[in-house]
Amino acid sequence: MLSDITIGQYYKENSFVHRLDARMKLILTVLFIVIIFLCKNFFALALMLLLTGVSVILSKVPFRMFFKSIKPIVPIILFTVILNMIYIRGGTVLFSWWKLELTSKGVFTAVFMAFRIICLIFCSSLLTYTTAPTELTDAVERLLSPLKVFHVPVHSLAMMMTLALRFIPTLIEEIDRIMNAQKARGADFESGKFLNRVKAMIPVLIPLFVSAFRRAYELSFAMTCRCYHGGDGRTRMKQMKYRVADFVCIFVFAVALVGVILLNNFFGRLI
Amino acid sequence: MSSYIEFKNVTFGYQNEEGAVEKNVIESFDFSVEKGSFVAVLGHNGCGKSTIAKLCNGIEVPVSGKVYVDSLDTSDEEKLLDIRRRVGIVFQNPDNQIVATIVEDDVAFGPENLGIDPKEIRRRVDEALKNVGMYEFRQSEPHKLSGGQKQRVAIAGIIAMQPECIVLDEPTAMLDPRGRREVMKTVRRLNREFGITVIFITHYMDEAALADRVVVMDKGRIILDGAPKKVFSNAKILREAGLDVPQATELSIALSEAGILIPEDALSMDELFENIKTVLEDK
Amino acid sequence: MSNIVLETKDLSFLYSKGTTSQVAAINDINVQIERGELVGVIGHTGSGKSTLIEHFNGILKPTSGSVFLDGNNIWQDKKGIRSVRFRVGVCFQYPEYQLFEDTVEKDVAFGPKNMGLSPKEIDLRVREALSFVGIDESYLEKSPFDLSGGEKRRVAIAGVMAMQPEVLVLDEPCAGLDPRGRDTVLSLIKSYKEKTGSTVIVVSHSMEDISRIATRILVMNESRLAYYDTVKGVFSHADELYSMGLDIPQYTRLFLLLKEAGYDVDTDIYTFEEAKRELLRLFGRRCRNAE
Repeated sequence: MLSDITIGQYYKENSFVHRLDARMKLILTVLFIVIIFLCKNFFALALMLLLTGVSVILSKVPFRMFFKSIKPIVPIILFTVILNMIYIRGGTVLFSWWKLELTSKGVFTAVFMAFRIICLIFCSSLLTYTTAPTELTDAVERLLSPLKVFHVPVHSLAMMMTLALRFIPTLIEEIDRIMNAQKARGADFESGKFLNRVKAMIPVLIPLFVSAFRRAYELSFAMTCRCYHGGDGRTRMKQMKYRVADFVCIFVFAVALVGVILLNNFFGRLI
Repeated sequence: MSSYIEFKNVTFGYQNEEGAVEKNVIESFDFSVEKGSFVAVLGHNGCGKSTIAKLCNGIEVPVSGKVYVDSLDTSDEEKLLDIRRRVGIVFQNPDNQIVATIVEDDVAFGPENLGIDPKEIRRRVDEALKNVGMYEFRQSEPHKLSGGQKQRVAIAGIIAMQPECIVLDEPTAMLDPRGRREVMKTVRRLNREFGITVIFITHYMDEAALADRVVVMDKGRIILDGAPKKVFSNAKILREAGLDVPQATELSIALSEAGILIPEDALSMDELFENIKTVLEDK
Repeated sequence: MSNIVLETKDLSFLYSKGTTSQVAAINDINVQIERGELVGVIGHTGSGKSTLIEHFNGILKPTSGSVFLDGNNIWQDKKGIRSVRFRVGVCFQYPEYQLFEDTVEKDVAFGPKNMGLSPKEIDLRVREALSFVGIDESYLEKSPFDLSGGEKRRVAIAGVMAMQPEVLVLDEPCAGLDPRGRDTVLSLIKSYKEKTGSTVIVVSHSMEDISRIATRILVMNESRLAYYDTVKGVFSHADELYSMGLDIPQYTRLFLLLKEAGYDVDTDIYTFEEAKRELLRLFGRRCRNAE
C-alpha cells in the first residue's frame, strides 16, 4: 500500500551521530562528498570507507537500513560499472569478445566508481537517518540565512519545506482513499496500456488537487490566526548550539581531508 | 461585566471575482460576548455561523459596521497581531491547521511567531500540552494521531499563545464520539479553570447544551439567545431552523401538551427520568 | 438462490503482516447477511468496522478466511474482482471528495460507464440514481463543485447507486452533515431500500441514526464481531455495549432507567413516537392524537 512509504527516512535513536548539530551534519556531509571526489586511488578511498564505516557504527542505525537505501540505486551502479568496463581501456587485456575488450584498468575504474557511489549513498542516508526532517529544514534555514542580505527568501523556502514534509503523509493517505473510492466505482488502475493507465489516474488527480487547494486555503487561515507574518521577529523554541563533539567531528574530517591529499600524492593516480 | 467581543451593526458578504459583494451573509448584526463566558453558536450549515468566527479576529473584516475585541477595532491593521494573540481560532479539519511534523514544534508555532523568548516558549508548550492531555505525545508525528488527539494539539497550539478568548468553528464535526467527548472536556476545562472566554460554533445541540449561553442563528440572524434550557424549550423554532431539539426536551413538551404536569425543559434523559418519577410518585 | 447475499468465513486481516508491528484489524469474522436487510454497523474508531467493509468489495484481500457473494468466493478468480465491485457498491466516508467530473451527470455515470453499459442504459441509471437521492434533473449539467455540501454528498452517493449494486454499503454517510442534511440522507437510504429491495449496509458512529433505520445491527469491538442481531436483540445488551464504549439510543436508555426503577414499561423503544406512546401509556392516559 502507498501508505507504507516512509518519508524523511528518519530512524529514531539516541546515538552520538543523532546528537550532533544538524547544521554541522549538513556541512560535514557536503565536505564528505567533496573529499570522495578528490580521492584518486584506492588507499584514499579506503580511508573514506573506514570513516563511513565508523560513522555508520556510531549512528546505531542497523546495517540493513543502509542496504535498503542502496537498493533503488543498484541499476545506476550496474550501469556505471558496465559503462566503465567497456569504455575505459588500458593495462592488460583480461578478456576480449567481438569488438569489446575488458582491460584491467577498466575493471579497476568500475570497482572504484561503484565504491564511490556506495560511499555517497551511505553518507547521505546517514544524514537523513540521523536527522529529523524538522531539524534538517531548520539547519538549512540557519545555514542559508546569510543569503538574506541578497534578498533570498530563506525563511519562506524553509517554511515551504516544512509544510511539504508535514503534508506528504497526509496527501499519500488521501491518494489511497481516493483510489479506493474510484476502485469501488470500477476504476481500473492495474491493467491496460500506458496511455490508458495515465488516463485512469485523472479521477484520482482531480480530487487530489481540489483537496490540496482546499487544504492550502484552510491552512493559510490557520497560520494567520496563529499570528504568522513571515520570518521577521520570529523566535525559535529549539535553539541550535554547537558542542565540543561537533568540533571534534570537523577536526576528524579535516584530518581525513589531509590524509586523502597525502595518499593521493604518495600513490598518485592508480586508476 | 464588560463585553469582550462586540459586533456592532455588522454587515458582511463575500466578494465575487469582479470585487462586488455577493449576497450578504450577515446583515446589521449585533452580538456581544462577555469576558469569561462560554457561548455556543448553533445553526445549520450555511447560516453564517462560520463567518462569525472569521470576523472575531480580523481574518475577515465587516463591509460595514465594526467588530471590537477588548475594545480594539479589527479593521485597524496595526492592531491585528494584538487582536489575534487575544483571540485564537480552532477550525473544523484538524489536519489543515497543524503546521509542523512534530507535535511540540507545532504547539510552539504561535508563540514563535509572537517572538517570545525560547525558554518561555518551552514552558508554555509543555504547559499547553499538559492542559489538553497530550503531553506524552509531544514527540509524536501529527498524522499518526487520532482526530480527537489532533484537535487537542490544535487547541494546545492556540492556548500556548495565552489568548483570552478561543473561537472553535465546528471543532467536532469530523470526529467520532470519543474524539468529540475529549474535545468537549478540554474546552470546558479551559473555560472553567482558566477563565478563557469560549465561543463554540456547532450544529450539535448536545454540545451547545454544555454552554452558559446558546445563540441560535438562521439566515444570518440571531433567532434565539439565552440559557440552554430557555433556548431548547422553543422546539418549533429550532426545528424550522433545521436543528435538532434535545430528545428529552421534545418528549417533555409532548407529555406536557398531553396534559401531564411535567417541566418542559429537561435537557437529558436522566433529568426527564427524575421528572417522570416525581410526577408518578406524587399521584 | 439462497437468502444469504453476503457471507464471511473466518475472515481475518493483519496490517503490516510479517513485521513486528503486525496488528489484526479484524479477527475471525463469521457473519451471514441476508438479502433485503438494512444492516447498521457500529463500533468505535479502530474496532475494525471500516476494514470489514473494505473486504466486502475486495478493496482489501483477506489475510485468511474468505468472503462469499451469492455463495461464490469473491477471490476465486482474481480478474473477477472488478465485477464484484459493481455488485457490492461501497460509498466511502466523505464521498464528496471523490467527485471529479465537470458535470453531475458525467460523475454519476462514471460507475455505469466502467461497467461497459450502453449510453441509453447509463442515462437511465443516472436519472434514476439522482431521483433516489432527491437531486433534480436540472442539476445534470451543473458542476458538482458548485453544489452545497449536502448536495455533493448526495450526488456522490448516487454515483454508487447508479451501478445498481445488489448490496449498497455506506460508510458514515452522515459524517459532518448538519441535522437537516443528516435527516435527508437517512430518509433517502431508507426509501432506496424500500424501493429497490436491495441489501443496504450502513456504518455509523451514531446509535440514534442506526436505530432509526436499521433492521439488524452488527457490532464490532476490538477487531472482533461482538453481535449480529436484530435491533432489539443488540440493545438488550446495554451493559455490554457501555463497556465497549458504545452508547444505546437515548429513548431506549430512558425506558431502561424506568424499568430498573420498577416501572412496567417496554424497553424496545427507538423513536419519538414509540417513546411518546409508551410514556402516555405509563401515565395511564390516551394519546389524544392517536386516532
